[in-house]
Amino acid sequence: MSGVLLPRRRLIARAGGLVAAAGALPLLSGCDAISEAPAVRKILSMGEEMNRASQRALMDRDALAREFTRADLSPVFRSNGTKLPDGAAYAVHAAAGFADWRITVSGLVARPLSLSMADIRAMPQRTQITRHDCVEGWSAIGEWTGPQLRRILEAAGVKDRARYIVFRCADRIDDAFYYESCDMVDSLHPQTILAWAMNGAVLPIANGAPLRLRIERQLGYKHAKYLTGIEAVASLDQIGAGKGGFWEDRIDYEWYAGI
Amino acid sequence: MAEADSPDVPPAPVPETLAPVRVYRHRLPTRIWHWLNAVTLLVMLMSGLMIFNAHPRLYWGQYGANPDRAWFAIGATSDTGYVRFGETRIETTGVLGRWTNAGGEEKTWAFPGWATIPTSYDLAAGRRWHLFFAWVLSVGLTLYMVWSLFGGHIRRDLHVRRAEWSPRHIWHDIKDHARLRFPRGEAAARYNILQKLSYIGVIFGLLPLMIFTGLTMSPGMDAAWPWLLDLFGGRQSARSIHFIAAWLLVLFFLVHIMMVILAGPINEVRSMISGWFTLPPEREGEA
Repeated sequence: MSGVLLPRRRLIARAGGLVAAAGALPLLSGCDAISEAPAVRKILSMGEEMNRASQRALMDRDALAREFTRADLSPVFRSNGTKLPDGAAYAVHAAAGFADWRITVSGLVARPLSLSMADIRAMPQRTQITRHDCVEGWSAIGEWTGPQLRRILEAAGVKDRARYIVFRCADRIDDAFYYESCDMVDSLHPQTILAWAMNGAVLPIANGAPLRLRIERQLGYKHAKYLTGIEAVASLDQIGAGKGGFWEDRIDYEWYAGI
Repeated sequence: MAEADSPDVPPAPVPETLAPVRVYRHRLPTRIWHWLNAVTLLVMLMSGLMIFNAHPRLYWGQYGANPDRAWFAIGATSDTGYVRFGETRIETTGVLGRWTNAGGEEKTWAFPGWATIPTSYDLAAGRRWHLFFAWVLSVGLTLYMVWSLFGGHIRRDLHVRRAEWSPRHIWHDIKDHARLRFPRGEAAARYNILQKLSYIGVIFGLLPLMIFTGLTMSPGMDAAWPWLLDLFGGRQSARSIHFIAAWLLVLFFLVHIMMVILAGPINEVRSMISGWFTLPPEREGEA
């Protein structure tokens, strides 16, 4: 029955869609032209700066994201973005249980570091059950364990000139390495940790093994996975295309993703 | 009804008994805010539908993602589009879930291109429009509330008098609306009880609800104001309420437009531009 009905239904739908589209086409393309005009983009982008400034004004530097209990955990924690970095190097690391994985700390620091996963696990740990908010709209709650970024930055002796921390990743999307960045307020925030465990087990590959960033007051794309390096910089201009992150550079996601 | 008003009749030559009575009905802040909102709410709705397209599923509670149960979803099968409320699936091929764009291509985003800003999928641009106009909406609403409170708009125009609260009076007004019997003469210069309740509901109910449920979706705001999560029962509940309240505003808009058309669109729209409203003459035989 559906075989008889569907083509006609689709035909009607398509015809209806075309009529509607033809009528609205000049108007709609006009709207898109407005949307893409440089001056309009510039005005609309003021919203991001207003959001950042107002949120920073409203909240304490160390205001905590809500922490939940184990009863609140998402039954399945959805992964997003890269689910398995390609390349032989990562596969070798994964096969060896990331025993030789290292994360470098470089840039504007007094003592550049190269930390093994054993070094990371030997540091004082923080465990937090927090909500992960994707820019697309969904949320998942997970439990994360790892050292605070603040302690790693202290160990490396971050210089006063450093204004941003850049996170380098092992996964490539369209042949470019993923990266992210944040300012010193979020870098030094007590809940900003480098997580190597999720829900009481070693971090799964789909969620960023062996090490990912948790930056709890911002959206999911800021939580860089597959971390290989942390770099303290004075400016983001020379990093990537200069907008502070992989998606920021490519499809104009906001650098400040607190909203 | 509206045919009794001749909007362009010059006042002077008309005999005194037939002269249209004009009253100054809408003050400047009301007019500015009205038209600013007309634009703002349209942008908010269309850019909001773009954002919804990024994840066309709604949940109750603190979390919710693809593996979790959605109480509402718009989706596509291999050849149809559908809307699902709970267990009930309604086919919407051609409009929601599966539709054809201006170039004749079939798309499976939830809301069609003619309903979104921009017309083709671009979450970053949708958010840019939405989060900028959210400021226009919030600042505008705040200023309007302050002006309404101190400028006497609430006391003079929106305040519901004791007599108006009586069920008889409200029922009478509902019957009059249902019969399209709108107030005339002096009574038309004031808001009736249903108008008052609608405007109060939008200004002090729906619009603040939109703003606060919107803020609850912000991880930064949840850290700054954790009570938001308790107030709405979690980020995903807030997102569901935000979506429902958006459609209640659309419903308000539809009824509002219908009433303007029925009550005499030229006179009504002109009064929202110039402030001056021509009172519809009393019906014959009525005082």
